[in-house]
Amino acid sequence: MTALLSIDGISKRFRGLAAVSRVSFNVQQGDIFAVIGPNGAGKTTLFNMIAGALPPDEGSITFAGTRTEGLRSDQIARLGVGRTFQLVRPFPALTVEDNVIIGALMQTKTVRDAETIARDTMARLDLFDKRAQIASSLTLPDRKRLEVARALATGPKLLLLDEVMAGLRPTETDRIVATLRDLNRGGLTILLIEHVMRAVTALASRILVLHHGAAIAEGNPEQVLRDPAVVESYLGAESL
Amino acid sequence: MTAITLNIIVQGILTGLVYGLMALGLSVIFGVMRVVNFAHGEFTVVAMYAAFLLFDMLGVSPLISLLPIAVAFFFLGYVLQRALVEPFISRAEHEQFILLVGLATVVVNGLLLIFGPDARPINLPYSFDSYTIGSLFIDKVRVFAALGAFAICIALFLFFRYTRTGTAIRACADNLTGAGVVGLNVKQLYAVTFGLGFACIGAAGTLMATIADASPGLAPAYTLLAFVIVIIGGLGSMAGALVGGVLIGISEALAGFYIQPSMKSMFSFALLILVLVLRPQGLMGRRL
Amino acid sequence: MSDIWQRLPTRGKILCLAALAAAIAAPLAADRYLLSVLILVFYFAYLGQAWNLLMGFAGQLSLGHALYLGLGAYTATALWTLFGIGPWVGVFIAIPVAAAAGMIVGWLGWRFAIEGVYFALLTIAFAEFTRIGFDHLQITGASAGLFLSVNSPGSDKWWNLGGGPLLYYYLALILAAAATLLVAWLRRSPLGYRWLAVREDPEAAQAAGINIFRAKMIAMLISASMTAVGGVFYGFYYRNLFPSQVFDIGRSIEIIMAPIIGGLGTVFGPLVGAILLTPLGESLTALMQHFGINTPGAKSIFYGLTLMVIITLQPSGVWPWLARKLGLDRPRA
Repeated sequence: MTALLSIDGISKRFRGLAAVSRVSFNVQQGDIFAVIGPNGAGKTTLFNMIAGALPPDEGSITFAGTRTEGLRSDQIARLGVGRTFQLVRPFPALTVEDNVIIGALMQTKTVRDAETIARDTMARLDLFDKRAQIASSLTLPDRKRLEVARALATGPKLLLLDEVMAGLRPTETDRIVATLRDLNRGGLTILLIEHVMRAVTALASRILVLHHGAAIAEGNPEQVLRDPAVVESYLGAESL
Repeated sequence: MTAITLNIIVQGILTGLVYGLMALGLSVIFGVMRVVNFAHGEFTVVAMYAAFLLFDMLGVSPLISLLPIAVAFFFLGYVLQRALVEPFISRAEHEQFILLVGLATVVVNGLLLIFGPDARPINLPYSFDSYTIGSLFIDKVRVFAALGAFAICIALFLFFRYTRTGTAIRACADNLTGAGVVGLNVKQLYAVTFGLGFACIGAAGTLMATIADASPGLAPAYTLLAFVIVIIGGLGSMAGALVGGVLIGISEALAGFYIQPSMKSMFSFALLILVLVLRPQGLMGRRL
Repeated sequence: MSDIWQRLPTRGKILCLAALAAAIAAPLAADRYLLSVLILVFYFAYLGQAWNLLMGFAGQLSLGHALYLGLGAYTATALWTLFGIGPWVGVFIAIPVAAAAGMIVGWLGWRFAIEGVYFALLTIAFAEFTRIGFDHLQITGASAGLFLSVNSPGSDKWWNLGGGPLLYYYLALILAAAATLLVAWLRRSPLGYRWLAVREDPEAAQAAGINIFRAKMIAMLISASMTAVGGVFYGFYYRNLFPSQVFDIGRSIEIIMAPIIGGLGTVFGPLVGAILLTPLGESLTALMQHFGINTPGAKSIFYGLTLMVIITLQPSGVWPWLARKLGLDRPRA
């Protein structure tokens, strides 16, 4: 069956440095697909190309049957791709509720309907009680959840999560993992960048490993996490 | 090229060098601290009045009062930065503009209050003399003013290039976090930078007073002129400020003569719009 | 709209209605001078609302709003003096003219990613360029100015805005009230939310599916159009126009005072700012004149100082602080 997201040979150079080199992979509808690799491997650049924040130098990206390379990020968002940022960016002066309403307004025309969607989404992510708080006053885990809520409220088919577990305590991580599993069971496809292996192993059905911008391994967790090249470049022998 | 055109161009170059000195002050402040000094023209006019007063009341020629005024302005800038501007550096950008817009309003209307709207010229004994080179008639005052401006620019360039403080300031402009990490006293350096920018204003204003009549109405025009020059010449580039100044000086002079004197700034504004749209880093600046 | 009214705390509703009643009844108690001050209060409140849309909601700093004021004023007054077209028709031509100017500024700015201070400079450059242009435009009197005669036929009819201060007072009041309602409505509309997103974080707003260029252009369109209407008011109220005055950067700065001091990005900010600032400024001038001190510029010094004090001590403006004190707390816009 055709993949929900199809990446074919995309590359990006920044003034002579190849951040991403001819990466190809497919994400099937219903997958939880993880992209891992050492820092500087090109993961966020890859994400930015998928989300439309950067155009690829070559190659193609196809999402739900539409070619998206070169489209603006808001156009791609409206096609059904939601994203979070590595350094969290909720709208700082607005309340939690307003943040999520803005996301919800992508899928509905009236503020009333957006409020309903926002309430449901906040409840899902345990933010309902904090809905009147100003985003900049939240703790880091809450701000991360807020970003996820905002992205979720747009009603995406694919959710891009950029290191959403970074800086969280293990209990927090488990909470988010559980929420993501629920969402996935409900039909949401997830593509995530992660360093926190605990989360990767708990969630991912497929893993892609990037190193120096190139894909060095792809497959299901059992295969990839034992791959010698992956172990050497990233995981370390202790992980085996 | 006709003799008239050549004369105008030379005049434009000389005036432009003084403009360039004024713009240099802005480039230093904005280039290092990212502070938008909307009161730049207003303080330039303050310096013009200072020069006027010293001349009118004490008979001191601007070329002599140049140094004391520049030094006084250094301290003015230093104090202003520490007392007023410093807390705004970490705040939202628009708050800083508005502070300086408020300050500019207070200054220009203060001048209006004290001196009234009439223009105050400085009539030097050699105000109407000129040097003659071939078919060129070059006003003596403009030559002195231009030389003064040029000398100060060179001095500033040498300061930034070869002194410890100057290098430290350039470090702050380049990489603020890094500067702090290696132990530079950023607050102090910022105050010094602001002081230097104001010293440029003081010097430029003093020199300007010899070639233009001091009046409060000039203030907003000078502020905009300084910005036009800095943006065209390129932010963060000292040479750019001078080059931009000369370019604007020439184009204003030519536009003033061939089109209409009252339309000369229209040309500068059109140029500003063009540069903002096409090449925001200016002619010699680094890419933003 | 009704749910906005519903959401106001009871105290707020009472305050609103009381203030409105006072404003409507004011001419009964006010003398000619006070009335002229009140006209200015509502005039600046109205313009402040227009500017606040672009800055407080969409986050784009324009320091050249005098451009739209002047274009609105000149279009309507020129149509009247040259063709006898009354202002109630003229305003509908003045609006598209100013809106077109706004679209040009916006397109140049946002299409080419000119942000922050550079955008502000762009707006100033356009206003100044137009000012000098009009200084040379013979058809509207160039720098000598355009005058609305009091003697031409029909110039005393209300439909040509020929009337005493009473007419202008209620006009200004209606404009200010209508603008406030419009802003309150927009704030709670999908467009209003999108503007806030653009103001807070344009890249994150894009990731949430918002077309930021479109959102900014719409803000500019509305803001410029509203300001143009203010310009028509200005032209007919003062009955004379000079490019050096109406397009002057001083006008642009006047426009931003009330919303900044009252509260950027709030619905009532521009109103509160105008109510506080204008009477104080005018009384200062009156006071000085009373003592025989003729001081041009004293009022502006006062405004400048107030701006500096407020932006240093209470940058979010007087209204949010006042609202808290009065127990009218609402989540910040």
